[in-house]
Amino acid sequence: MELLDNLALGFSTATSLANLGFCLIGVLLGTLIGVLPGIGATATIAMLLPITFQIGDPVSSLIMLAGIYYGAQYGGSTTAILINMPGESSSAVTAIDGYQMAKNGRAGAALAIAAIGSFFAGTVSTFLVAIFAPPLTAIALQFGAAEYFSLMIVGLVSSVALAHGSIVKALAMVVLGLLLGIVGTDIYTGTPRFTLGIREYADGLNFVAVAVGVFGVAEILRNLENEHERSVMIRRVSGLMPTREDFRRMAAPIVRGTIIGSALGILPGGGAILAAFASYTVEKRVSKNPGEFGKGAVEGVAGPESANNAGAQTSFIPMLTLGIPANPVMALMIGAMIIQGIVPGPNVAIEQPALFWGIIASMWIGNLMLIILNLPLIGLWVKLLTIPYYVLFPIIMAFCSIGVYSVNTNIYDLYAVAFFGFLGYLLTKLRCEPAPLLLGFVLGPLLEENLRRAMILARGDPTTFVTRPISAGLLFIAFAVLVIVFLPAVKKKREEVFVEEN
Amino acid sequence: MKPFTIDTTNGICAALFIFLGGFFALQSLGLEIGTAFRMGPGYFPLVLAIVLILLGAVILVEAVRFESEPIGHVAWRGMLFILPAPIFFGLTVRGLGFLPSIFLTALIASFASGRMRPLTALVLSACLTLFAFLVFSYALGLPFRRFGPWLQF
Repeated sequence: MELLDNLALGFSTATSLANLGFCLIGVLLGTLIGVLPGIGATATIAMLLPITFQIGDPVSSLIMLAGIYYGAQYGGSTTAILINMPGESSSAVTAIDGYQMAKNGRAGAALAIAAIGSFFAGTVSTFLVAIFAPPLTAIALQFGAAEYFSLMIVGLVSSVALAHGSIVKALAMVVLGLLLGIVGTDIYTGTPRFTLGIREYADGLNFVAVAVGVFGVAEILRNLENEHERSVMIRRVSGLMPTREDFRRMAAPIVRGTIIGSALGILPGGGAILAAFASYTVEKRVSKNPGEFGKGAVEGVAGPESANNAGAQTSFIPMLTLGIPANPVMALMIGAMIIQGIVPGPNVAIEQPALFWGIIASMWIGNLMLIILNLPLIGLWVKLLTIPYYVLFPIIMAFCSIGVYSVNTNIYDLYAVAFFGFLGYLLTKLRCEPAPLLLGFVLGPLLEENLRRAMILARGDPTTFVTRPISAGLLFIAFAVLVIVFLPAVKKKREEVFVEEN
Repeated sequence: MKPFTIDTTNGICAALFIFLGGFFALQSLGLEIGTAFRMGPGYFPLVLAIVLILLGAVILVEAVRFESEPIGHVAWRGMLFILPAPIFFGLTVRGLGFLPSIFLTALIASFASGRMRPLTALVLSACLTLFAFLVFSYALGLPFRRFGPWLQF
């Protein structure tokens, strides 16, 4: 069995003492920052990204980064349940019934249900990643420049479709991201582009600086808009163990949530958010007493939490096999890989099997650590919720500054943080989602390179993109997605979904 | 006929995209464009910049026709103190050295919130500096000078 051999390799990589340690630190740090209200998983990862570069070994640093991701997600759910302040839109669904459960004095049970659901979903979807990644890699190896170009177009278009608010604005954000991504030296001619004559930007804008600015700093500014007291009503969480009745009620939603999440997570463009919603809707529909939803239904926590986690996990599939990010977090992972000198794409599985399978195995280990660690530590996380904002911001800003500077010891990266913090905040105020911008930023150079290569290979004939069957199929998908989101009926429905979410 | 109005949020948004598109387009024109067969460094960015300007124009049309959500509160004080923090760190980390620079950076960022009291800010920044020294400078051994040339007498 090749699968078992591969998994064995993965587990032997991921269970080395050092990697277990890094996974643990990642999970802990991720939860620590993720639990802070108003700071979502993406912002958490952006802020902690520089730390992972201090580890020399790319495998360990990516394992730690993945750990941070799971931790941040779990931390986000904790905040959503305890104080009804979801950091990320995907845990907004958990807040609906989770917070109500907490109000009814069942915070402990809600947290435990979320943890158990996430763990089950994480286990199943880790296996799905292990099963589906190799065949997809085999297909991806057949890809030429034209196919890659078209595939990236699909990814970018889907990120537009799943962004909040205006589609035109999301498209503009993608294009702006692409432009910012190609700042730096042109690979074919060596000409510096858009660097404003600043030599320090010749290697391009630092990805970490852009991510920290657009997600981290902009998020802090948004939180500073109106500083109201947070009311943490739950000072002590007791009754962690769900009752037998809870177990009976949560079993089916967890399984359904896992299936929905796994399927939607693969979609490029941020399926996890959609997954939590879809699961909530399904549970409400199949429930015998839908009136309970919104008033603390166990199913309303179990289903979406499982879907959310399953989606987060399977979104690694397009990232690991094709090098295409399905959501901003995966864009951050790709950025981290590039900085570590790994070219994301199908070659990773073949050239670096230990890295590839090590990350997959560490997904499961990370989930296991979460459930073992976080339930006993819940008291600590609750304490963290009471730290006032004004103490947090200076700490975060100081660490972000040190972190960004430590990546390349380039002071111009710090100026970029301030600039992109400002730009990110401005764009958020103008109702533009930052996620498509980051995807564009990561894909910009790759998209241009493949476009130019494809055109050279086709001797300047642009029909190459539609005469090659795989490329034509992918472009058709991208086109279809665009047409669908612009259809009046879908447009209306889409707006409803996002309004409900807020 | 109703008076000509323009929605603030979308109007600014459109202007921003058109401005950025214009910036990239102008810069691209200064580069070699090339042909579709052999694209020069300016080809792809020029195409993107034109698309960005067009999208900005679409948003502008929407801004004239529809009203959207207002911009809402703007964190002026936050911007005034948060954004200079990394810039200050960049300007002084080499000259002042890592420790004094991070102390002052944290101190600047502290005043982003109206709730922060000066004494709390000082204590917080001092603790942070100590922590940064222990973790980044001592344990992780980042190669930053702790005290820079500006402080050597």
